[in-house]
Amino acid sequence: MPATVPVSSTQPVTKRFATRRRHLFGWALLALVAGLVLFLLWAHRPAIAEVAPPSRRAFDPADVARGRNLALVGNCVSCHQAPHGRPYAGGYGVVSPFGTIYGTNITPDPDTGIGRWSEAAFARSMREGVSRDGHHLYPAFPYDHYQRTTDADLRALYAFLMTRDPVRAEPRANDMPLPFKFRPFIAGWKLLFVRDERHRPDPRRSAEWNRGAYLGEGLAHCGGCHTPRGLLGAEKRDRAYDGGWSAGWYAPPMNARSPAVRAWTVERMEQYLRTGLSLSHAAAAGPMGAVAANLSRADPRDVRALSVYYAWWMRDAGAARREPRLIDRAAAAARAHPAGAALFAGACATCHEPGAPMMVEGRPALPLGSPLHEDHADDTVNIILHGLEPPVGRAGPYMPAYKDALTDAQVAAIVRYMRIRYGSGSEWPDLEDTVAKARERTAE
Amino acid sequence: MNDLSVNGRTRRVDADPSTPLLYVLRDDLGLHAAKFGCGLGQCGACTVLIDDRPAFSCVVPVAACAGRAVTTVEGLGTAEAPGDVQRAFIHEQAAQCGYCIPGMIARAEAMLRRTTTPTEDEMRDAMRPSLCRCGTHMRILRAVRRAAVARGGGVIDAAEPVQ
Repeated sequence: MPATVPVSSTQPVTKRFATRRRHLFGWALLALVAGLVLFLLWAHRPAIAEVAPPSRRAFDPADVARGRNLALVGNCVSCHQAPHGRPYAGGYGVVSPFGTIYGTNITPDPDTGIGRWSEAAFARSMREGVSRDGHHLYPAFPYDHYQRTTDADLRALYAFLMTRDPVRAEPRANDMPLPFKFRPFIAGWKLLFVRDERHRPDPRRSAEWNRGAYLGEGLAHCGGCHTPRGLLGAEKRDRAYDGGWSAGWYAPPMNARSPAVRAWTVERMEQYLRTGLSLSHAAAAGPMGAVAANLSRADPRDVRALSVYYAWWMRDAGAARREPRLIDRAAAAARAHPAGAALFAGACATCHEPGAPMMVEGRPALPLGSPLHEDHADDTVNIILHGLEPPVGRAGPYMPAYKDALTDAQVAAIVRYMRIRYGSGSEWPDLEDTVAKARERTAE
Repeated sequence: MNDLSVNGRTRRVDADPSTPLLYVLRDDLGLHAAKFGCGLGQCGACTVLIDDRPAFSCVVPVAACAGRAVTTVEGLGTAEAPGDVQRAFIHEQAAQCGYCIPGMIARAEAMLRRTTTPTEDEMRDAMRPSLCRCGTHMRILRAVRRAAVARGGGVIDAAEPVQ
């Protein structure tokens, strides 16, 4: 018996190590649990008590009117209205790298909307990104911008929303994978990326500039699309307005890096924001269409203020110093891409060549738009695939969608040809792939 | 020379590659269902099917159709033996002047090949790019609802029932 049990002299030491390791593991686990409990306690936000749905007569009509304007400037319906849905009843899906987040119902329906929210609960959601019941809201709801809104303006917005027609519409469940589904993590995100910021007027600048800054950095949240985002989805503040992404569209830079070939003067910007078309640039496309449609109904003085502010941001752009002659390298482009030239002649020329009815009407020529000068082909590809509706008024000529008429390779051939003929910058790589992805993204 | 597949037959056409498909269909192949309306992809009178999807043939160059199946209303039935969508349009007397109708039929056919059970909104979105100046839209929509039923489906939240 003793011979079959080899006794090593080190065994008691190993045993002691094992015990110590078990203890260490135990302590670490305890610390982790304690840390988690502390985190959850810290991340916890109390619910704000429900109120009886206030009657419409409880609100000052002047507040309601001001709130309407602010809701238009804030472009609220873009996320809080589903395709074919009712305004403010929610349902639009914001696709992010972390999952899809659906806009909620912000009509005053007591059961599915915000009908039982007090003004304090509404203000907390706008400032801190916390729902009435205490859960943290995803930053797809841009409270990092909205926090700048004044108390008076929040009251006006609340008055406007609470006097809309209540729509019974259950909010659609978000489609988020597990780590992001865990809402308390959003508190950590806020700690990392959201600084408590109120609007502070700059006394060196005009009242108009300051109004534009207040709206642009706040409710209008232009940086939400036009500023690039980091790995965790927060705007890179040190690269404000360097260009970003929204729903598969590239939102071009709105600072010295603006690729526009005509200067964005205050007047041109104002025309663009109020009509969805700048005669020196192009028509608003993609998510910008809805922005222009809303701003066309907003207070013109506020649109003017936004124009003053963003023209200032682009004061050092290339076109602000010197506007280049418009280019048309038709022969070179046809030599490089004869197939693209033939497709362009049959599909695009009847509207876009000089002398075409649309051009005679004074619509901007292709080289004036930013897309063919951008670093990414996505905007050009999206416009060809999905067309362009006039965002304001929905009348007049529109660009038909070519997604059913042309194959990926044909769209790519046209884009290659146009980049050389009218654009600037090097040839876009992997164009077929860009087209296929753009088609997929909007396939649903 | 281009080989073009139209209504199941391969046709050889001699046209510049940038020629709009509509011109080739009407002038070279004698298929007069698709109409010239605006020539700018705005009105939908020229709509045909390319690989089962609707396209404005006035702004699709013939070079874009190589290796793809083009279908015009001539390919959906004849005056003696109309197809199901055509029968639905006749039943609802959906035409006034009739100029837009081939485009409307092509557009309805494309939608029904994708789904025979669209919603009312889906159907209206599908038909929206085609304009009718006579104002028979309500009859056209009735005809499309009827055609969906004829094909074994139906508009699932139809604004009015098929009589």
